[in-house]
Amino acid sequence: MQLKRVVITGCGSVSPYGRGVDTLMEGLLAGRSAVQNFPDLAAIGGLRTRVAAKVSGINPKEIPRKDRRSMSAMSIFATMASQDALAQSGVTTEQLTSGRLGISLGSTVGSTKTTEELFRDFFTDSSLERMKSTIFFQIMNHSCASNVAQALGISGRLLAPSAACSTGCQAIGYGYELIAMGKQDMMLCGGADEFHPLTAATFDNINAASVGFNDSPSCTPRPFDRARDGVVCAEGAGVVLIESLDSAIERGVPILAEIGGFATLSDPRSIANPNVEAMERCMRLALEDADLGADEIDYINAHATATEQGDIAESEAISRIFGELVPVSSLKGHMGHTMAASGSLELIASLEMMSRGRLVPTLNLEEVDPACSTLNYLRLVQATEIDTFVKNSFAFGGVNSSIVVRRFTHD
Amino acid sequence: MTEQQIIDLINSSLVEEFELDPASMSPDANIYEDLGLDSLDTVDMVIVLEGAFKFKIREEEEIREIRTLGDIYRFVNGKSHQIKRK
Repeated sequence: MQLKRVVITGCGSVSPYGRGVDTLMEGLLAGRSAVQNFPDLAAIGGLRTRVAAKVSGINPKEIPRKDRRSMSAMSIFATMASQDALAQSGVTTEQLTSGRLGISLGSTVGSTKTTEELFRDFFTDSSLERMKSTIFFQIMNHSCASNVAQALGISGRLLAPSAACSTGCQAIGYGYELIAMGKQDMMLCGGADEFHPLTAATFDNINAASVGFNDSPSCTPRPFDRARDGVVCAEGAGVVLIESLDSAIERGVPILAEIGGFATLSDPRSIANPNVEAMERCMRLALEDADLGADEIDYINAHATATEQGDIAESEAISRIFGELVPVSSLKGHMGHTMAASGSLELIASLEMMSRGRLVPTLNLEEVDPACSTLNYLRLVQATEIDTFVKNSFAFGGVNSSIVVRRFTHD
Repeated sequence: MTEQQIIDLINSSLVEEFELDPASMSPDANIYEDLGLDSLDTVDMVIVLEGAFKFKIREEEEIREIRTLGDIYRFVNGKSHQIKRK
């Protein structure tokens, strides 16, 4: 079976820096931390972390009320990022509603905030009489994908992958496979999440959240750094418009890059702990899918969330495949861990690095943990032309994903 | 509560819930055609009115006949009198 080539023609970002890919890149290239102290987190019993990176500077009312009423924050982020990706790609209303354009968009869970509000009210008298009609549409597992499809009129396939921190990467990968097989011409793909104290508590509970920099939030998280102390939870949405090469050529739109390969796998050794072999296998499978050798990869955008186990395991897996020379960085130091959005948001940032010829380093990486393998860890913005990169996303639940992206050439 | 107070509370509750233009809140405004509400909104409208007036109206047959804001004013006014009489 002849598979179709798949290219990226649009990107949309709603990040802790605000809305827009340029806004994202300005923050990243300036080395500006988007992490802040949120004193209200002190009200949560047992929660030790007080830092997060939240989205600001957007106006939800840009989305009509009837579309917005079934949206929590994550769907609002996803809708805006989708609108921007579609605009960049020049997708017309006819194409959107043709049935040949689908959506693959996921979140870690449905809205925790809405779920909390529902049950807070329910538990007062065990009555559901006050439950508004649109509550359920905000807490479905496929809320983001459905809300975006409804708001934009998408009538093709709808997927809502949910694999925690691997979600955004998987969503792009599954969209890529659908297009490669010819099932759809175009797919809007990515991930979105909204911050809730319970998300931070999930990590804090297993001693994987950053708790030691509450008074100096810009100094955390610290991927690969000796003094790192865990994840900082964040929110946002990253969405790409991908399509078959035939479709992009026929539409005559600029091609930003090509998706070379994708791999995702289950690691049944542990639901919580990362594993070097599984990470290595995932990256090797993605390279194989892309038909590229390790020596042909120019940059690796690591998952590296600043947990003790995750950073060490990923550095070892990267080292085994790519050695010590390939530049590696994690963007979690800048904007925390945007959860389901991280794979797609960081892929978009990496794409921009490729087009701008400037690699973003790992913020807060001052002294590499000796337990991490020796790699070419970026500490400063580096002017380097790259033609290929690997984006990793490794998740709770034993779900690993890697995507290989390359500069588009007509050969 | 006077009749005008009832109208004001209905208007302010619906304006807030459905992001309506206060200038459009006239008794002859059709809630579907003029105010743009739909079936999901009418479910929420009942919940909003129940919250504002502290009564239960969901099972009332009369609700199904409501078409205009004036119908709502009359319905709520009548319901308030009923409660007062009890």
